[in-house]
Amino acid sequence: MALDKPYSDIPGTTIFDADMARIGFHINQFAMSLMQAEHRERFKADERAYLDEWPMTEEQKQAVLDRDYNRMMSLGGNVYFLAKIFSTDGLSFQFAAATMTGMTQPEYAQMMLDGGRSPEGNLYKNEEKQGET
Amino acid sequence: MAKITAGVSTSHVPAIGAALDNGKANEEYWKPVFAGYDFSKQWIKEQKPDVIILVYNDHATAFSLDLIPTFALGCGEKYKSADEGWGPRPVPDVYCHQELASHIAQSVITDNFDLTIVNTMDVDHGLTVPLSLMFGETNAWPCKVIPLAVNVVLYPPPSGQRCYDLGKALRKAVESFDEDLNVQVWGTGGMSHQLQGPRAGLINKEFDNDFLDKLVNDPEAQARVPHIDYVREAGSEGVELVMWLIMRGALNDEVTEKHRFYHVPASNTAVGHLILENK
Repeated sequence: MALDKPYSDIPGTTIFDADMARIGFHINQFAMSLMQAEHRERFKADERAYLDEWPMTEEQKQAVLDRDYNRMMSLGGNVYFLAKIFSTDGLSFQFAAATMTGMTQPEYAQMMLDGGRSPEGNLYKNEEKQGET
Repeated sequence: MAKITAGVSTSHVPAIGAALDNGKANEEYWKPVFAGYDFSKQWIKEQKPDVIILVYNDHATAFSLDLIPTFALGCGEKYKSADEGWGPRPVPDVYCHQELASHIAQSVITDNFDLTIVNTMDVDHGLTVPLSLMFGETNAWPCKVIPLAVNVVLYPPPSGQRCYDLGKALRKAVESFDEDLNVQVWGTGGMSHQLQGPRAGLINKEFDNDFLDKLVNDPEAQARVPHIDYVREAGSEGVELVMWLIMRGALNDEVTEKHRFYHVPASNTAVGHLILENK
């Protein structure tokens, strides 16, 4: 029997559950490898060659090359692991989070200064749709 | 006899550590964050805890997807500040109270909580930022620290009820330890935040303040709140708040709220902080 996943109707959110951890095992372990300086150097020298050392899907590799964090998460990446990629790029968590929302970092930073993204209209997928129409 | 005298809860935002380490604490952006801990720094100087049981979560630092322990109790001699990708935070090593830690392991596992024991690991900002907020810059932490790492990265984390009950088991363990020790339990993480996806940046002040009220005055009700309420209303990373329930479970049913602080934002996150003393 399939388990209930009530979080599947939260808009704009991927919950990193055991299924996602299975799908994303290699992309997350790849990202984790960037904790070591020599791995970061090898990755930066030739990203494609470094990615090819990992048994990731082509889609996962392309998402990393494109730095498409939403895509990486839809393919099993978890943000704390993926943080090793944008840290390797010398970018902050706030920069990476901004790219996931389609905002520029200054726009995103201003939203946070203004109190953050409001829960209103952002709790249920159907509520979000209603909000759009 | 060892005794739990107080509980502290605080967010552990990594950018707070970076602000401290890079001399930015006096910038306009950060001043109000650190001002929320002025009372706390004075309070803890007076309290002089011997040991802190520090509940936190690892952020894909010590634990990759190789091993994901739900509750991991540090019983080793010492723990170093981890290199999270930009060099280790320049903070002292954390020394464990090994006798109390092994006593807790024996007591709590016997009480049906299947802890993992960790003797060797590095500790990340989840553990070191709370220490910096409470003790400031120092060459040596003034007390022993027993790390208790809780999985909140891979969903589902342990339930709020399980966390609250673990707090009660911790208390029983501490109170059966013969040495006279002043012990505090700290719960860290939160408050509302979401670091991922198009909904990143979610902050829910109403949820956070309700959580603070309930944690202090009606923790049994808060313990029954299911994960879905946290992830939906406080963000996918807001579920870290279950760790505060371990702290609360370790205290008396009735506590005195000595200090409360709430501020938005620190980078992507709402900062919350409580100091509770046993009545």
